[in-house]
Formats: sequence, structure tokens, C-alpha cells
Amino acid sequence: MFAYYLDLALRSFRSHPVLTGLMVLALGLGIGACMTTLTVFHVLSADPLPGRSQHLYQVQLDAGQLAYYRPGAEPEEQLTRFDAQALLAEAQAPQQAMMTGGQVILQGPDEQLEPRSSDVRYTSADFFAMFGLPFQYGGPWSAADDASHARQVVISRELNEAMFGGGNSVGKTLRVQDTEMRVVGVLGAWRLTPHFYDLNTGDYGQTEGLYLPFSTSRELELPRSGTMNCWGNEHIPDATAPNAPCVWIQYWVRLPDAGAVQRYRDYLNAYSERQRGAGRFERPPNVRLRNVPEWLAFKQVVPGDVRLQLWLALGFLVVCLTNTVGLLLAKCLRAAPQIGVRRALGASRRAIFAQFLVEALAIGLAGGLLGLLLAWLGLLGVRHNPASYAELARLDLPMLAAALAVSLLASLAAGLLPAWRAAQVAPALQLKSQ
Amino acid sequence: MDLLPILATLKRHKTAAGLIVLQVGLTCAIVCNALFLIMQRLDRIDEPSGMADQELVAISTTGVGPSQNPEAQTREDLQALRAVPGVQHVSVINQVPYGGQLSMSSLRLVQDENAPGVSAAAYNGSEQWLQTLGLKLVAGRDFEAGEYVDDGAFSADPDSKLAALVINRALAERLFPGLDPIGQQVYGLGSGPTRIVGVVERLISPHPGGNEEMNRYSMVMPVRQSFRGGAYLLRCAAADRDRVLKAGIAALDKTGPGRILREQKTLSELRAAYYATDRNMVLLLVGVCLALMVVTAFGIVGLASFWVQQRTRMIGTRRALGATRGQILRYFQAENFLLSGLGIVLGMAAAYGISLLLMQNYEMPRLPWSYLPVGALVLCALGQLAVLAPARRAAALPPVAALRS
Repeated sequence: MFAYYLDLALRSFRSHPVLTGLMVLALGLGIGACMTTLTVFHVLSADPLPGRSQHLYQVQLDAGQLAYYRPGAEPEEQLTRFDAQALLAEAQAPQQAMMTGGQVILQGPDEQLEPRSSDVRYTSADFFAMFGLPFQYGGPWSAADDASHARQVVISRELNEAMFGGGNSVGKTLRVQDTEMRVVGVLGAWRLTPHFYDLNTGDYGQTEGLYLPFSTSRELELPRSGTMNCWGNEHIPDATAPNAPCVWIQYWVRLPDAGAVQRYRDYLNAYSERQRGAGRFERPPNVRLRNVPEWLAFKQVVPGDVRLQLWLALGFLVVCLTNTVGLLLAKCLRAAPQIGVRRALGASRRAIFAQFLVEALAIGLAGGLLGLLLAWLGLLGVRHNPASYAELARLDLPMLAAALAVSLLASLAAGLLPAWRAAQVAPALQLKSQ
Repeated sequence: MDLLPILATLKRHKTAAGLIVLQVGLTCAIVCNALFLIMQRLDRIDEPSGMADQELVAISTTGVGPSQNPEAQTREDLQALRAVPGVQHVSVINQVPYGGQLSMSSLRLVQDENAPGVSAAAYNGSEQWLQTLGLKLVAGRDFEAGEYVDDGAFSADPDSKLAALVINRALAERLFPGLDPIGQQVYGLGSGPTRIVGVVERLISPHPGGNEEMNRYSMVMPVRQSFRGGAYLLRCAAADRDRVLKAGIAALDKTGPGRILREQKTLSELRAAYYATDRNMVLLLVGVCLALMVVTAFGIVGLASFWVQQRTRMIGTRRALGATRGQILRYFQAENFLLSGLGIVLGMAAAYGISLLLMQNYEMPRLPWSYLPVGALVLCALGQLAVLAPARRAAALPPVAALRS
């Protein structure tokens, strides 16, 4: 029966090529627009560290002045250097790391090569294990290296290629802002999207090329970048000093289960109380612990434009579907005389309904394929965008499957009403009017 | 024109008529809001900077190691850059508009440090900043030679004072509404009061385009940034920019070899790059609007053609009874007008609803009323245009058509 309906549908397409073409085009445009924006949205809102991200928590403390205090208000998103170092020293979570970003000038062993600038992350030893960075050669530095301000660095695969021509570079040295440092580890392929642990230094851009101990960076006064907020009435000669009233450090911990989260929250509250008792904190304890998905939602990291485009495309698809319903309806009603004959010859209402649904599905399939082609072109356009996420916009297998599913579902929805109307055609009336 | 027969006919085609109304309504709602979004983005892109955008080149450098005396190096650099042929003015500033950096400071009207302040973009400008940027001074004067201080000394000394300040007009109106800003004192820069000596007509924030109030305010402090935290701005004739950029880089290479160029661009390039995503969004919105209107138009053409075919006998009868071609044409045009009109009314309500949602979720301003008639007019014209071909085909039907079918 299905084959017969398909044959009928093809005959109908051949007898109304323009109308059929219009429907396929409208569906294709709607689905193409939707798939393009959905893919971008899907890429940007994907879990950056699947299986790991819900156990990673960003720590917030409220170290601000009492003068501007509003109960329950959101505390600063970063920590002061004092608090970060204190939490790190007390090490109450299974894994924890303090960190901030910067940009440094690098010189390799080859004097001929021009010095280059690289993004750097100043952090502590647990960083690598906690975020699960893959090592190609060597490994991370240790907590002892943090304590001794070791001149050690971990470099990315890309930087290793550019400075040492690839290969095992563990033990080689490079000059960071004119200070000689030894490579202890070379990372494998690693790119975080989004760069969730520090959204101040780019969200969907490239991940850092270089990692070195925070303690070392302060001893050498290496340049830092990112957001810094300071408060207080006193002149602050050095905002990066350990006791400066400035927040500029991100602090992440790994907490394996709900119990650990509760214990750590209690610990942070107790820590805040202790600091208040000591006169460092002026405000009552006000801590936040957000895991990666919560943090990304809170920071609204998916650009507003991308979400707007998604809604726009959905609206467009709805208009295209309405259009298809209208045209399909016109086509079905135009076929009323034939329906009358088929019904008179014994076809049931159900059979007529099925026939027109098959026709709608065939249009949906054609529209879906056209939509895929348009989405592919659309994503090609997105990749030529100057936005930082541009190069990430690619169709993957789940999106491909989703595109076809959406188009078939959409055409099925569009076909229901016309098919139902076709099934309602009264055979006697049609035959009489012939 | 008698509407009753049209209404009677439409009653028998409720579903198809409803679909056209729905489609026109949705298109109208989306197009109204998209038009508003487009205009907002265009306003953003067109915001004047107040500077001579077309005549500016920015070069920023950074040292490899700790510099012994960045101030002396900067003086030497400035001298070398001034000697580059074609360069009219050179100054060093701490942040380039449309660049990557943003530095803001808060100004208070009273000494009390807990009093609320007004945040504004804080530019540091060295000698010649006014001529280099090409800003228009509308009141007061430029800084005097004795008012400039070095950034290194200013930041390190807790008792440092800043004698003079130039602010933009928006900030002057915010701080001193209805008063003459020249000679007024503000607090928050250094340890003492700072006197306002000049007002420039316009000076854009380094990160313009946000909705926050503070994005409109900016000030210039007479602080000489060193090359480490600043950028050299060179002003030259628009046609000389590329040559001056190359010659400037070569000059800097000679005065302080081994430095790395962080950025070397003309201000027009920086500006174009800054607004690139907005321009793309405008193109995308225009594309979606056009596609929507094309799809809707074809929907109308399709259904109207179907109706014409279905009503061949009726049209033939009317023609045989003496109706002119013009009357048949106007019948279909009036029918489309009725349907589009209904769709537009619904669409305007929907447009308003969408605008409310956008206000809640995307911090957008309310859709101005004036966009609704524009959307209505566009959709109405679109409907009439789409129905023209089927209606003319109907009008061309001969009276005998009624007998033939």
C-alpha cells in the first residue's frame, strides 16, 4: 500500500511541479535556518567536560565593604589573593586550584626565532588533574613546586609545535619574560569550549598555551590580565599584593558528592566567620558554590545574539510550516474529484488519510534534504563570522539526525490537517458535480 | 465594493482563510521586531566616536624583559614617531577606543569616600592628546604643560594629586546639570580634588554600545602613560595611514629594539572589527525578513490561485451577468485586503507580545509604536502584490468559462 501511495504522491508532484517546488523550498528554508542556529546553539551550550563538570565548583566569598552591603546580594565572582591562598593552604576539598590569566613574551632556545606572545595561566598543582588535562609528554608540577616557586612550565601541544617543532620537549627550557624556565609537561589536544574557569579572558577562544605556578608568577611579577575589582578608601599601590582589597583570582574545587558539597559549604561559612572575627571580612558569610553547568547558566555564557537567532529561526520555521499547510490543503482540495472516485471505488477514509500523509512525508523528506544542504551552507557562513566561536560551528552526527527528524515531524504536523480534510470529502457530492 | 459576498465566500473556506491570516500575522509580528532590532544595531554601528577615526593609527608595544626606565623610553619613542614624515600629531593613551582594554574610574562631587560616585571611562592622555584624537572642545581649555604627570609616579604615590580633568559633555550634564562645569571640583582621582578645565563634545567609551548609563561617560586625565600600559596614537592624512603605520613601526624598532608589537592598526580597522558581529546580525535579520516575506507572498499566491481555479464558474457567471474585468480584479484584491488586514491586526498584538518577551529576556527596550504601522504597511503591500497575478488571471477569464467547466 505504501508503495502505491508513494506512486500517487509522485504523480501528484509531477502534475503540480510549481506548487510542490514551493512547498519543498519553504520547508527547506525553514529547516535550514533552524538547523543552522540549532547547531550553533548546540555547540555553544555543550558540556565542556562531560562526566566531570557537575563535580567542579567555583568558589565565591563575600569579602567586600560593609558600606555597600545589601543582604543576599551576589558576592564577587573572584577571590582576593589572601583568601585564595588561605583556602589552598587549608586544602579542605579533594582537589582545588587557584588561578588567574595573563599574557607573556616567550623566547625559545633558538635565538633566531622572533620572541612571541602567549596567553598564560598562573595556577596551582591540582589544576591539571582536576580539569583532566591530557599530557602527551611529562606531567604537571607538584604542590612542592608551588611552594618553592619553581621555574617550571607546562606547554600546550600548539606551543610545543611552534617553539620546539613538536616532539618530547620535557627538560627543554624557554625564557618567559626573560626568566629561564624548564618544561615539565606537554599537553595533548586540549581546548575548552567555553573557557569556563575564567570567562574574563575570552569565552570561546583558544585555550592558553602556557601554564606555570601562581607563586612563581607573583615572585617574578609577571603581567596578569582579566577583571579586577578593588574597594576601600586607601590608596592601593600594588593591587596584586597578598593583602590588597582586590578580587582577581578564580578558585575551583572538585567535590565528588552532595555530602562533600555540604561539608565544603559549611567550611566556607566557617572560614568567612573566622575572617570576620579576625576583622578581615566586614560582611556576614555569603558564599556561593556553583558547579560548571550552573555557573555557565548564571553567566549566560551563550551569547544573547545566538539565542535570539534561534528564536528567529523557529519563528521562521513556523511561518514556513503554516505556508506548507495552506498549500497542501489547496492541493488536497483540488484533488477532491479524484478522492471522490477513489472513495466510490471502495477506498476507506483511513486509506485516503494515509495516502495524503505519505505525500506530506515525501515533501518533508525532500524539504529536509534541502534544509540540510542549506544548513551546511549556513554553517559555512557562520564559520566566516568574526565571532570567537565561529570555527566551532560544524554539523555533527546527532545534529544531522535531528535535522531529518525535525523535518519529518514538521511535515507530518503540516500534513495532518490537509489529509484529514481530504478524508472528509464526500464521494457522492464530488461524483455528482463532475 | 460590496463586502458581503466576499465574507460569505470566505465563510466557506475558513481553514484556508485562517491559514493566510495566521501566516500574515506571524510575519507581521516577526518583521516588526526584526526591523526594530535592525535599527537598534544600525544606531550602535553609527555611533560617532568624536574622534578623527579616518586619520588615526594605533601602535602598542610591549617589552620582553623588565624595562629600566619606561618613561625615558616612551619620550624617546614619541620623539622618533613625531619625526616620521606625514605624522601630524602623536600622543600616548592608556586605552584605544574599540581596542581590548577598558579602564574606568568613579567620580564623586564630595570629599566623603562613601558617597555614591559616577563611573566613567578613564583615558590617560599625554601632551597633544586633544589634537591627536581630533576631539572638539566645546568649553574651557586643554591641559597646560605643568598639569601633566607621569603615570608611574602618579600611581605609586598615595598622596598624588591630579590638578585638571577634561570630561565629555554627557558626563558634564550628568554631574552638573544646568551648571557651568568649568572650574567645578570632583573627587576620586588621586587624593585631593580635581578641577574640571574643559569639556569635549563627544568622546566614546573604549567599549561602546552597552545599555548601561556609564557607557556614555568618559574623561581624560593629564597622565603620561608609558609604552608598557599604553598605545601610541598617530594622526596623519587618511591617505598616508598605511605608510605612516609602517614607518612608525620601523621607528619604534630603532629606538627600542627587541620589543613585540601587540597591535598595529588604523582606528577605522579597529572600529570595523568591533562592530563586525553587529553588522553580521543586521545582514542576517534583513535576510530573514526578506525570506519571510517571500515565503508569505508565495503562500498567498498559491492559495489565491487555487481559489481562482475553484471559482471559475462563479467568475464566469458574474462576467456573463455584466461584471467588468475591473470588478473581478477588485473582488480578489478586496478579499486579500480583508484577510491581510485581519492578519495584521493579530500580528501587531503578537509583535507587542514578542517585544515584551524580548524586554524580559534580552534587556531590549520596548518596541516603539511607530514600528507597528510600518510593519502593517509592508505586509499590506506584500499581500496586494502577491494577489495581483492570480486576480488578473481571474479577471481575464471569459464569461463562457462558466459554461465550459
